[in-house]
Amino acid sequence: MKQYLLSVHLVEGAPAPSDEEMQTMFAETGRINDEMQASGAWVFGGGLLSPDSATVVRIENGATTMSDGPFVETKEHMAGFWVIRCADLDQALAWAEKCAAACGPVEVRPFDDLSQA
Amino acid sequence: MDLAGIYRAEYGRCVATLARILGDINLAEEAVQDAFTTALQKWQTPPPNPGAWIVTTARNRAVDRLRRESTREARHAQALLLHHQDEPREVGPVKDDQLRLIFTCCHPALAPDARTALTLRLLGGLDVSEIARAYLVQEATVAQRIVRAKKKIRDATIPYRVPAEHELPDRLPPVLTVLYLMFNEGYASTAGPLIRTDLCTEAIRLARELATLMPDEPEVLGLLALLLLTEARRPARLDPTGELVLLADQDRSLWNRALIAEGHDLVRRCLRRNRPGAYQIQAAISAVHTDGAATDWPQVLALYDQLLVLTPTPVVALNRAVAVAEVHGPAVALASLEGVDLPGYHRLPATRAELLARLGRDDEARAAYDQAVALATNETERAYLQNRRTALTHP
Repeated sequence: MKQYLLSVHLVEGAPAPSDEEMQTMFAETGRINDEMQASGAWVFGGGLLSPDSATVVRIENGATTMSDGPFVETKEHMAGFWVIRCADLDQALAWAEKCAAACGPVEVRPFDDLSQA
Repeated sequence: MDLAGIYRAEYGRCVATLARILGDINLAEEAVQDAFTTALQKWQTPPPNPGAWIVTTARNRAVDRLRRESTREARHAQALLLHHQDEPREVGPVKDDQLRLIFTCCHPALAPDARTALTLRLLGGLDVSEIARAYLVQEATVAQRIVRAKKKIRDATIPYRVPAEHELPDRLPPVLTVLYLMFNEGYASTAGPLIRTDLCTEAIRLARELATLMPDEPEVLGLLALLLLTEARRPARLDPTGELVLLADQDRSLWNRALIAEGHDLVRRCLRRNRPGAYQIQAAISAVHTDGAATDWPQVLALYDQLLVLTPTPVVALNRAVAVAEVHGPAVALASLEGVDLPGYHRLPATRAELLARLGRDDEARAAYDQAVALATNETERAYLQNRRTALTHP
């Protein structure tokens, strides 16, 4: 079995969804989560708070430094993700299609087999 | 058949079967190349079933090689080989394997350029330098595209299987597009000699294979018919001095009657199925062009109307305008091109120029020809457009 990261991305400055759209998105996402869990594809998933809530930790010359904000300042940032387990890319793409219908563009990226526990 | 002919015919089939047996495209390619090298040394005359010989030899060579190696891939492949041990050993290429390989090479998760290169490499057995020459790009670029695509197939685990019936609407079009573009690139090259026969031959060979493998898919038959009917007119496409000859002015006695008969037969088979698609309609248009002594333009226009509903693209609108001109005259055709926008494509100004010339609006025609010449990248086509511009009679 392979593991894939399905990530949802937001573009800063894009028109914010209305409350109603948000409700639909949450409902759809919940339905997808249930379906993933029922099928055994689910590993983990969740939505993220905005990048200004992030902190970057670095070790430089043996000293730990922390900085406020995301690792890279970009207009696009990850807004949420799923980690799924399935047999091949086609199965991952089929899940991504459902996710994209609910949340917008989804990037599908395979995990390195060597790093899988 | 000589070894070169056998190589062309069997290479892709053998790679496809070995890819299934070994579970790895790279290992499959190496094994098949090894086997052909062995064939070159051993064959006095080719065996009765050369494909089966190559598959068996390649498989044995792969086993030997894998036993000597101990990488992760090798162990994985060895496990697969053991798994296949109970299968009869003397097997030739399996048809489903080829389908699997075509769908893997043309997977929508691969970059479009990579799909074509990979298809030519793995199914056509063309080497990197041949593909580079055919597409007029650097060998390094082609090599990189192929390496990246193979890496993605492996890393992302693009499955090696024939898509299920319900997936075909998404998965078949990219395969047909690859074959269509391969043929087009050979027929109306973006640069260089106008006709690069190798690509056309290979596209037709693969389309034929696909039609044999998927005889119930009308669009596959439609694409094959379209390619055959276009190919049939090739001998009349250039005059003895190498100038482009328009369809209406072509010497029909030069057309390939056998290909036309085969194409017409396929179009009739498609019509009986009554599941129209873009390739089938284009094939039907080609069939009308190649039927009888002259083109039945009202019928061509009716087909373009149907095509425009199915695929409302500017290119279809442009091609339709040519038929409109024949049926309703150049003024109506010109009006039908209002609002059609194809930035950078020389055929739009070229078509407008022809229509303007027929209306006697030579000044505007001249300007449109100039635009077309500036955009055309192919020397033969540029020369043709220049000649048309010079032939304008009004000052």
